[in-house]
Amino acid sequence: MQRIGVFVCWCGSNIAGTVDVKAVAEALKSEPGVVYSTDYQYMCSQAGQDLIVQAVKDNNLTGLVICSCSPRMHEATFRKTAATAGLNPYMVEIANIREQCSWVHKEMPIGTEKAIILGKAAVAKVNLNTPLTPGESPVTKRALVIGGGIAGIQTALDIADAGFPVDIVETKPTIGGKMAQLDKTFPTLDCAACILTPKMVDVAQHEKIRIFSYSEVAEVKGFVGNFDVTIKKKARFVDETKCTGCGDCVDKCPMKKNPNEFNMGMDNRPAIYIPFAQAVPKVATIDAGACTMLKKGKCGLCSKVCGAGAIDYTQKDEFISEKYGAIVVATGFNVISMDKFDEYAYNQSKDVITSLEFERLTNAAGPTAGKLLRPSDGKHPHKIVFVQCVGSRCENCAEKGKEYCSKICCMYTAKHAMLTRDKYPDTDVTVFYIDVRTPGKNFDEFYRRAVEEFGVKYVKGMVGKIVPEGEVLKVQASDLINNKQMHIDADLVVLAAAIEPDKSARPLATMLTASMDTNDFFTEAHPKLRPVESPTAGVFLSGACQGPKDIPETVSQAGAAASKVIGLLCKDKLLGNPCIAGSNELMCNGCSSCERVCPYGAITYLDKEFRMPDRTTKIRRVASVNPAVCQGCGACTVACPSGAMDLRGFANDQIMAEVDAICK
Amino acid sequence: MNKKDLLREEIIRRSGVNPKKCMKCGKCSGTCPAYEEMEFHPHQFASMIDSGDIEPLIASESVYKCLSCFACVERCPRGVEPAKLIEAVRLSVIREKGANRMTANDVPAMVDEETPQQLLVSAFRKYTK
Repeated sequence: MQRIGVFVCWCGSNIAGTVDVKAVAEALKSEPGVVYSTDYQYMCSQAGQDLIVQAVKDNNLTGLVICSCSPRMHEATFRKTAATAGLNPYMVEIANIREQCSWVHKEMPIGTEKAIILGKAAVAKVNLNTPLTPGESPVTKRALVIGGGIAGIQTALDIADAGFPVDIVETKPTIGGKMAQLDKTFPTLDCAACILTPKMVDVAQHEKIRIFSYSEVAEVKGFVGNFDVTIKKKARFVDETKCTGCGDCVDKCPMKKNPNEFNMGMDNRPAIYIPFAQAVPKVATIDAGACTMLKKGKCGLCSKVCGAGAIDYTQKDEFISEKYGAIVVATGFNVISMDKFDEYAYNQSKDVITSLEFERLTNAAGPTAGKLLRPSDGKHPHKIVFVQCVGSRCENCAEKGKEYCSKICCMYTAKHAMLTRDKYPDTDVTVFYIDVRTPGKNFDEFYRRAVEEFGVKYVKGMVGKIVPEGEVLKVQASDLINNKQMHIDADLVVLAAAIEPDKSARPLATMLTASMDTNDFFTEAHPKLRPVESPTAGVFLSGACQGPKDIPETVSQAGAAASKVIGLLCKDKLLGNPCIAGSNELMCNGCSSCERVCPYGAITYLDKEFRMPDRTTKIRRVASVNPAVCQGCGACTVACPSGAMDLRGFANDQIMAEVDAICK
Repeated sequence: MNKKDLLREEIIRRSGVNPKKCMKCGKCSGTCPAYEEMEFHPHQFASMIDSGDIEPLIASESVYKCLSCFACVERCPRGVEPAKLIEAVRLSVIREKGANRMTANDVPAMVDEETPQQLLVSAFRKYTK
């Protein structure tokens, strides 16, 4: 029989305002097992906790019921108190008489009655509590970063600087991501390449970092501290260890007409290519779909000119298995497709471009060597219209646009407009906006400078349609402040297209059992207090895969994710959550229902020998829970038809006892 | 409920449109081909109906100038459907006794070689109860 102590907290007037705490303590005194009951103003304070410890000693208590705030708030606090008093921490139950009682009721008698019922339920449960001990598992001291953009680069550098080995998996032939494609960065206008490429070099030279470029994550097994990951290294038909990046093959390749992804398809690259001059690793890659040697077995020119003998047409995809303690997702974003926005004539005119294409047009390493020229005829545009919120903040058009604000467009549009006016003062620049959102350090000042110093025309209103007519683009838009419709003959139109998570994120989330929102952004464990952790233990989030972000925010989040990873890898052993499922093998009928519903892959089936009553042995198939993987969600316990699965700390009989106590 | 609120409720019920969804981007008016003909523009319909300022809309010629081309409905990023609001206001006017915008007597003057019959049918549907 348990010896239970009940402790009713006033929480100042938070609880005592609508609950008669003395009456609650008195009523619970006569519950089965209760030998001590009291109330106190602030049970979570040092004095309150001392009172609990003293009561345990004086009354030889074996279980505690704390009637206080939500267990989310102070369960951990009172478990520590129990441990201080020499009790198992899992002999504590919290009756939530604040969030679920005093805060929702206005009248004292009703609040008091409900508090007593909640207290009785907790007492009934503690009577059946058993001491629980968390299991331990070792930690592999190596981290995996998926994605080699600025988010992945920063996270990898920070983890590696702390002394832990890191692998970066990047699907493109080079790391660098979207930031490598940008020209200047707001609000300081420093050149993206100038601040990014040194970091890329740092990654390449860091002794603790390995880069798997042109690679993908193929399979993830295991759990926090012990992930088993298979990485698929796609065949690039060039031996990375031999290639010097001299570029001779690139110059000689006869198949030169392939859209250059790095320049958003605005110029061409050969079938064998290095994405850009500062690529890391600076190794050539053959586009298998464009190479005649790989398609028809004819050519082989690159192999002939390669002084290093690096070309290998027989290369196959390679699979590498590695163990990791932590995984950081940094899969980043893409610009949404403009195919469904017919009103903006993106597919009809080459001179309607997205902002990322505009970046390449103004970048010195871009298709026009940094000269702002119209893609259609190479002429200098004199009238440019920028359209904001294209595909962002859409309500009904889920198949067309996105419901969220893409966050970065206001600032980069201001940057584009300002830089255009600065470099080409003869250009007339108009920005159509719904709201200009500039919440960031020096952001609004930047936008105001675009208007006041550089003479960018900002018009509140939206472009309704764009019609290509001869050499010009007829832009029809509304000017809401002046209540008129505007008609502009523009030479170039730039669409601030919404951004969306990279397409690889969804299948990756499935592999990692990490949760996502409806927009395919990774969900964080807590939106405010745990923003860089996925709810799946050991999986961390960095950059735009978690939500739209600019570079400063991405870098800060990347550092935060790294510090969480370091905190995990520093540990030699991980303490698990003891409130996990366990299977009663004698009752298990081997039906696999639990295995199918388990979202963490924690359940496996084993063939086990059992002694039967007639002294024969029989081999039966029974469920077995991996305690390190189980997160204690309880899905298996409700799926189990024979009642063999039970959740420790939330056992079926404990829950029923609570329900009985409430209904009594 | 006062008369103003009643009218607002009626327009919202009849159109099936929630003007609160409008984020005031003005794309409807940016796309409207009849913009120059209208005293009140599509985005103003959404905003004025939401604030219950409907009398000026009822008194305005704008309800007849709208072509009902539904370009605003097609392109509104928030699914507000301004043309349906304009339609609902127009119905408030022509459903009053003797308030038909067009009668059968007006038709002969309009008919000529060029006018397609469909136009007359549409006009009747739009301008009369």
